[in-house]
Amino acid sequence: MRPSTAHPYMANSVPSIQQEMLTAVGIETIEELFVQIPEDHRLARPLDLPPALTERELRRHIVQILAKNETTEQNLSFLGAGIWQHHVPAAVDEVVRRNEWLTSIFGEPSSDHGRNQAWFEFCSQLGELLNLDLVGLPVRSWGTAAGHAIRMAARLTARSEVVVVRAIDPERLSVIRNYCEPPEMANHIAIRLVDYDPATGLIDLNDLRTVVNEQTAAVYFEVPSYLGVIEHQASAIAAIARAAGAETIVGVDPISLGVLASPADYGADIVVGTIQPLGIHLHAGGGLGGFIASRDEPRYAEEYPTLFISISETLKPGEYGFGLGLFHQSSYGLRDKGNDWTGHSVYMWAIAATTYMAMMGPQGFAEVGRLILQRAHHAAKLLSRIDGIRVRFPSGFFKEFVVNFDGTGKTVAQINHALRTLGIFGGKDLQGEFPELGQSALFCVTEIHTLSDIERLAGALKEVTAK
Amino acid sequence: MNIKPKEYQAPVWNEPVIMEMGHPGRRGMLFPPIEAEIRDQVGDADGLIPFALRRQDKPVLPEMSEPEVLYHYLRLSQQTLGMMGTSLFGTCTMKYNAQINEQMAWRPELTQLHPLQHEDTMQGALEIVHNMDLVLRELSGMDQFVFQAGGGAEAAFTHCAVTRAYHASRGELEQRDEIITTIQTHPCNPATAAAAGFKVITLMLDENGYPSLDALKAAVSNRTAALMVNNPDDMGVYNPEMKEWIRIVHEAGGLAFYDAANFNGTMSKVRAREIGFDACMFMLHKTFGAPKSGVGGPATGAYGCSAELAPFLPAPLVVREDDRYHLDHDRPQSIGKIREFWGNVQVILKAYAWVRAMGADGIAQASDISVLANNYMEKGLLAIRGVNRSYPEAKMPRLEMTRYTLEQMKEETGVDVHDVQNRMTDFGIDAMWTSHEPWLLPEPFTPEAGEMYGKEALDRWIAVLAQISDEAYADPQIVKTAPHNQAIHRLKPGQTDNPGIRAMTWRAYKRKR
Repeated sequence: MRPSTAHPYMANSVPSIQQEMLTAVGIETIEELFVQIPEDHRLARPLDLPPALTERELRRHIVQILAKNETTEQNLSFLGAGIWQHHVPAAVDEVVRRNEWLTSIFGEPSSDHGRNQAWFEFCSQLGELLNLDLVGLPVRSWGTAAGHAIRMAARLTARSEVVVVRAIDPERLSVIRNYCEPPEMANHIAIRLVDYDPATGLIDLNDLRTVVNEQTAAVYFEVPSYLGVIEHQASAIAAIARAAGAETIVGVDPISLGVLASPADYGADIVVGTIQPLGIHLHAGGGLGGFIASRDEPRYAEEYPTLFISISETLKPGEYGFGLGLFHQSSYGLRDKGNDWTGHSVYMWAIAATTYMAMMGPQGFAEVGRLILQRAHHAAKLLSRIDGIRVRFPSGFFKEFVVNFDGTGKTVAQINHALRTLGIFGGKDLQGEFPELGQSALFCVTEIHTLSDIERLAGALKEVTAK
Repeated sequence: MNIKPKEYQAPVWNEPVIMEMGHPGRRGMLFPPIEAEIRDQVGDADGLIPFALRRQDKPVLPEMSEPEVLYHYLRLSQQTLGMMGTSLFGTCTMKYNAQINEQMAWRPELTQLHPLQHEDTMQGALEIVHNMDLVLRELSGMDQFVFQAGGGAEAAFTHCAVTRAYHASRGELEQRDEIITTIQTHPCNPATAAAAGFKVITLMLDENGYPSLDALKAAVSNRTAALMVNNPDDMGVYNPEMKEWIRIVHEAGGLAFYDAANFNGTMSKVRAREIGFDACMFMLHKTFGAPKSGVGGPATGAYGCSAELAPFLPAPLVVREDDRYHLDHDRPQSIGKIREFWGNVQVILKAYAWVRAMGADGIAQASDISVLANNYMEKGLLAIRGVNRSYPEAKMPRLEMTRYTLEQMKEETGVDVHDVQNRMTDFGIDAMWTSHEPWLLPEPFTPEAGEMYGKEALDRWIAVLAQISDEAYADPQIVKTAPHNQAIHRLKPGQTDNPGIRAMTWRAYKRKR
């Protein structure tokens, strides 16, 4: 029994139109078209779902549910750890909501020329931040980018171990573990974790030298690290990897690249990272995105799992367009013989990021980097002056730093609960992930946090930790 | 019906690459100067960066004012045909990406939510995710869904990782290193299986349009970890023996995974669990009305499974206790993460909103209309000179999409499917989908009518193809040199792969030019 009122999303939901089509096909009922499906495959009852809502009812329903959220706009948040609050210009939001490319599928290079050009511009601008000539279309997150890059290195070197920093986001590490295959499988990549110096948060180079060996396909580290520190031994780490014949893979936060050197300039072979800080909102985690980049050498290009967008001349002299490159080595081209897999990713976030990068320009990146550094260090300074609170690695970090509360006698959970009553979201609780850091939290301070925000945090922490 | 379709003219902006725009010194965004008190306390930023890591050069980004950037990208969006006319791109289930969904998803209650916030502050987001979980359980018969995968391929990978964990828990992973699939599955099925470490066995189709039971039995053994299939496939063929397939795989100790890529025709009619599947995947950016944004994303591959497999799911799960929602991280047998956090929540919201706007009746009707519209189109398409159907002798109607071949047109006129795709865009018709690789049919095309477009739009699509057929047989050069009305002409072949020529960044282009 089908409803007799047409549905606004379905132009052919008018019975007389369906009758025209039935007549043209030469059948009496639509049911006859499902004859391929055996009766015993068929669901014997209607679906049990709530009745359809009109748009007004739907709006009300969703708004009521969403009202149960409290946001980083209503509260002062210092949460980071994989997705961060940065300013998203209004113009970026306008660009990514344009229906023309929002709802597009693939098209031809000539018919979807505008979107393909936007993707090329994303790769081009990111390439400038990275000082690298080869950038793939984006992947779904930093973790998946690192996982794919490690697999690339394993293929490049025909080796089966990877060295990964122990001071890494456990979520990223978990993704990497899934990409490295379990020990039972033939192409298992063994992960060897390298310690950090508990005094500085930097990689322990002595430990690195013991874990890197002739089976190491790659050394993977991050700048800044998960614990916030800027790994200034980067060249030395790359040299150790290179001496062992391993690839150097570095994960970066591109919003730092106005003030921090690109890994390409200190020995990285493959660079991965996040794109979320480049003009993309949090979306409760839906703002994630990642990238893979390298020197433009066939040896690397041939191992990428991503699609690429390449500039190309057209059939008209003087005209150029943008089309898919190296399609045939991907899973679309070769199925199980292709490089890992690709599919839907975060291509609209590439358009957000390219708009953002163009609005920022070199000056914008330099300024935001400096602002973040100064504000984050000031926040760390203020917090470390509070009785019982210690900043674990008090210098040489970018936008995140570890705050230890052992001296307060309170747990991070208790402190964060109290902060919430004051309208503040404290840093991510690290106690479960890094028990050696005690009752510690990862605080994130970016360009969106003003001096008064920082002072408000310090005042609140002083209040909630007071004995 | 005799429609002479009018042509479309794309905007032609001749827009430069942004790297060549702007002027030194221009700014698109400003930041406030650092507060004096902060500068006094911490000094200059340079002093806060270890010297070895200080950036010495300036990134070569364009320097532009804000409106220059905005209008550049708006002009580019204008030069994107996408779904602005008619798009029947097969297997991608083009349908209405409702504006109300966008409006809701862009509210700050969602865009400004950090996934690591305390659960108490995210009850709305968790409720949406849980509600969608319940919807998909009803649509599939599965016991638990997760939304961590940012796309269908990532959901297929999720299944491979769950398969690994399942067999490892029984001490059988080393023994079970094979995954069976068919040549008609989406390439991500075999690709994720291989990347997960399995050997892939690909079954070929027989004359019925699906692999035979004998072929399956020959492939199944005690090395079988899983079967990964879709049903129907993207030629509109439904394998009626699927229950027996799954019984055979189960008997051998393997798992069965259903890629519901082509769910638009079978939703409300078939449930994966009832066929015997242990797990399935839905694409919220296809069947469930969230936008694709190219191929594409952000997207969501919703992965659901039986209670038996649920312990292995990626964590966290969104669970409900009384009237509170929780993120359950206490999953000792979980495979961990296949992507950070717990999903593209905005995509889940859009899909949930679509389900609530459609209701059970709407979903059933969408399935009916898709299948009817596809069969309606077949009548019109087969009347076109040069067009033939896959399995021309098959008697039973196809489901929500059908594959055709232009082989005859190519043999008789020299015009191939790529030419036709390009010429169709001159009429505002999005370039039609051909097929996955490898092409099982020469010069393939696969329209998927869906439930959004009205009959007259489908008639026009057919009329355009008929017009192009006439052109091919009368004056093929019109088609072979198409498109004529787009922002640019066809790309010169061979420039996007050759290492000496291809350029994936502007800086590479300048170097190689």
